[in-house]
Amino acid sequence: MTIQEKFEPDILGFLCNWCSYAGADLAGVSRFQYPPNVRIIRVMCSARVDSTIILEALIRGLDGVMVLGCHLGDCHYITGNYYTKRRMKTTKNVLEKTGVSPERLLIDWVSAAEGERFATLVTEFTERIRKLGPLGKETDLKPQQLRTRLVAAKEALAQERIRWLVGKEGELVEDKNVFGEKVSQEEFDQLLFQTIEKEFAKRRILLSMGEDALSVKEIAQRVEASPREVLRNMISLEQDGIVSVVGIEENSPKYRRVGE
Amino acid sequence: MERMSDETPRIGVFICHCGINIGGVVNVPEVVEYAKTLPNVVYGEENLYTCSSEGLSKIKEGIQKHNLNRVIVASCTPRTHEPLFRATCEEAGLNKYLFEMANIRDQCSWVHMGDHEAATEKAKDLMRMAVAKAGLLRPQEETEIDVAPSALVIGGGVAGMTAALCLANQGLSVHIVEKEHEMGGMLRYLHRLYPTMQNAPEVMDQLVNAVNSNKNIEILTSSVVKEVKGFIGNFEVTVQKGNGKTVNLGIGTIIVATGATNFEPFGMYGYKEYDNVITQLQLEQLLKSERLQNMKNVVMIQCVGSRQEGRSYCSRICCMTALKNSVLIKELYPDADIYVLYRDLQTYGKEYEEYYREVQKKDVEFIKYLPEKPPEISPGQNGKLNVNVYHSLIGEQVEIMADLVVLSTPLIQHEDAKDLSQKLKVPLGPNRFFLEAHVKLRPVDFATDGIYVCGCAHWPVDVGESISQAYGAASRASIPMAIKKLRTEAITAVVDEDICSGCGLCELTCPFKAILIEETEKGRKAKVIAASCKGCGACGAGCPQMAITMQHFTDEQLLAQVIALAEAIP
Repeated sequence: MTIQEKFEPDILGFLCNWCSYAGADLAGVSRFQYPPNVRIIRVMCSARVDSTIILEALIRGLDGVMVLGCHLGDCHYITGNYYTKRRMKTTKNVLEKTGVSPERLLIDWVSAAEGERFATLVTEFTERIRKLGPLGKETDLKPQQLRTRLVAAKEALAQERIRWLVGKEGELVEDKNVFGEKVSQEEFDQLLFQTIEKEFAKRRILLSMGEDALSVKEIAQRVEASPREVLRNMISLEQDGIVSVVGIEENSPKYRRVGE
Repeated sequence: MERMSDETPRIGVFICHCGINIGGVVNVPEVVEYAKTLPNVVYGEENLYTCSSEGLSKIKEGIQKHNLNRVIVASCTPRTHEPLFRATCEEAGLNKYLFEMANIRDQCSWVHMGDHEAATEKAKDLMRMAVAKAGLLRPQEETEIDVAPSALVIGGGVAGMTAALCLANQGLSVHIVEKEHEMGGMLRYLHRLYPTMQNAPEVMDQLVNAVNSNKNIEILTSSVVKEVKGFIGNFEVTVQKGNGKTVNLGIGTIIVATGATNFEPFGMYGYKEYDNVITQLQLEQLLKSERLQNMKNVVMIQCVGSRQEGRSYCSRICCMTALKNSVLIKELYPDADIYVLYRDLQTYGKEYEEYYREVQKKDVEFIKYLPEKPPEISPGQNGKLNVNVYHSLIGEQVEIMADLVVLSTPLIQHEDAKDLSQKLKVPLGPNRFFLEAHVKLRPVDFATDGIYVCGCAHWPVDVGESISQAYGAASRASIPMAIKKLRTEAITAVVDEDICSGCGLCELTCPFKAILIEETEKGRKAKVIAASCKGCGACGAGCPQMAITMQHFTDEQLLAQVIALAEAIP
């Protein structure tokens, strides 16, 4: 029996220049010690962090990602961190769809005066990821399957439908729309999460198809979904001009990727 | 000669020991040797202190000797030292945006003091990430724009006139746009000003005369702002004049001094139902025109329509106004009994508490009522009014036969504030007053550069406070005009018009109104106003088409950092 080496996670942190990065500096000045697992990328605002780059980091093997901004209401750019909050909610939801624990993404706020808080957050997050183990340990997916799902998630987060909804959330939920109607948070989240589910499923289908011409049944096998659900997505993909019917075999249409 | 950046990157790294601060934990020589093996790194050295004059000379020497076109310093935090190293690069002829830092002290050696090996490994990772980004850095230019030496003041009340005079006295040209047919604003309706009891018309006349006779000030009465285009230094403002004609103004900075209006308490305490129920503002006018009849009993009710659901704020001026008007009535009719029914008396200003104590000595009775048991008014004999109030401090119901009931109502925002806020693209807060950039730290600025606020447009204030704020706003508004030229932020968003669908989400996202949709030959496209862009990148990370690049923090650069980090993962 071999003694397993203790797992040390690789963690990436996106810190905003004005609050959380300054908080991390203060942790240093104050000599608050924390685990050396985190590597930091400085951005001007946490709202600079595109959800797709978080997925990219996971695809490339990072075990956890933290996005830290100014406290809500204290953003140097006034409203940036509200966008971060909404985008990260979406990103966590997409992660959940892949089977990866959304716990691997930490979104939190650290002021320039909170050096100790920064050190505590990093320590706790590192401990959390140590417990979760290497990326994907919480799933029973093979590395290649996991990767494909993460790529599907990343592609979903690049989709116009999702990005548009996320960008409009503040206006829809807090202000009124052009008809003077207000959407409740629950209604909005339901719509958003449904859209995510759909877009993620479509991206998985497209990734599974490759260059092949496939029937709905064949695709359904590849993505382990019901043919009915796949068919619904195929129709939507066809409307978007991303797939096209290239032939009929045994009364069943064969689809192939064409667009994008 | 400016060094070329589009050629193959030639990166030089300078790794700082920071005395023993870094070198005592991180194995600096090992990191230098490692850095030299990284792609595009052509030179590397260690310094005891890179930020010392000797260290800075080494950077300049390195740039010359090794023909470096990118420089990385691995040391402390860019938040304190980036400007110094950037300036050094510039002195050596290298565009300052071709500089990158790796923070191996504050975020490495200082926080992993007990694990030298892990700290050294982390320093190498940070080095590799910095090298990956540096290779993709592009020179950026900060362009200069001229500032039109002309200010627009919207509103000709005490705040607007004061601000205009401040600017005009600095030799700047000022246009005041006043929607009413004469200047003066709220001051026109006031009688005496607390706590000095000055005559409001005198104060107003002095200001109006000063403004009228100042050759740097152009006054446009019966006029409204019709359209505002452009940005700080270069606003194009169209004003609709009373005669129906429009005038176009080239404006450097704008001050919003549109004031507020008085809340009319219809349906409350018999207002407009009984002739002897009036507002404080109406009382001011009765006092001013000497039409106030002999009074035996006067009741004033505070917080009428304020500090309640829907209008949650304290209007700030009403407590002192009630005290002052009590004094004036007492001066006229020393035998009059005055009752002030209040919730909380907030006499917060300089010497105001003293004023309150003086009024207490003058036989004015203060009765604290509870918001859940407000006073009740019913008709009494001989046209008098029965005021019934629960005196919460003595726990008894009190009945007063009043000759006059005066309601202290809050200042509220004008109906047309929303319209103006949309034209200027500045926000209104929850109570519909104009919303400043930061309540504590930037009280007279809007988030949008070049637009400022003062007086009651921002929040209820008295004349003294209006003047203070007007000084502040005028001072802020004069800065860009004094510098005459503005340097625009080099780190701005850039739109790829070929990808942009003109959906407008970026316009919605940007709190600085620095990105707008415009009709172009290619259709509706987002356009960045570099002078207003702060470089946060919120628009880019949300763009549905991913058509926006955030300079200096591009997707490509961030991705390169992520990939460089991931390289070490087995």
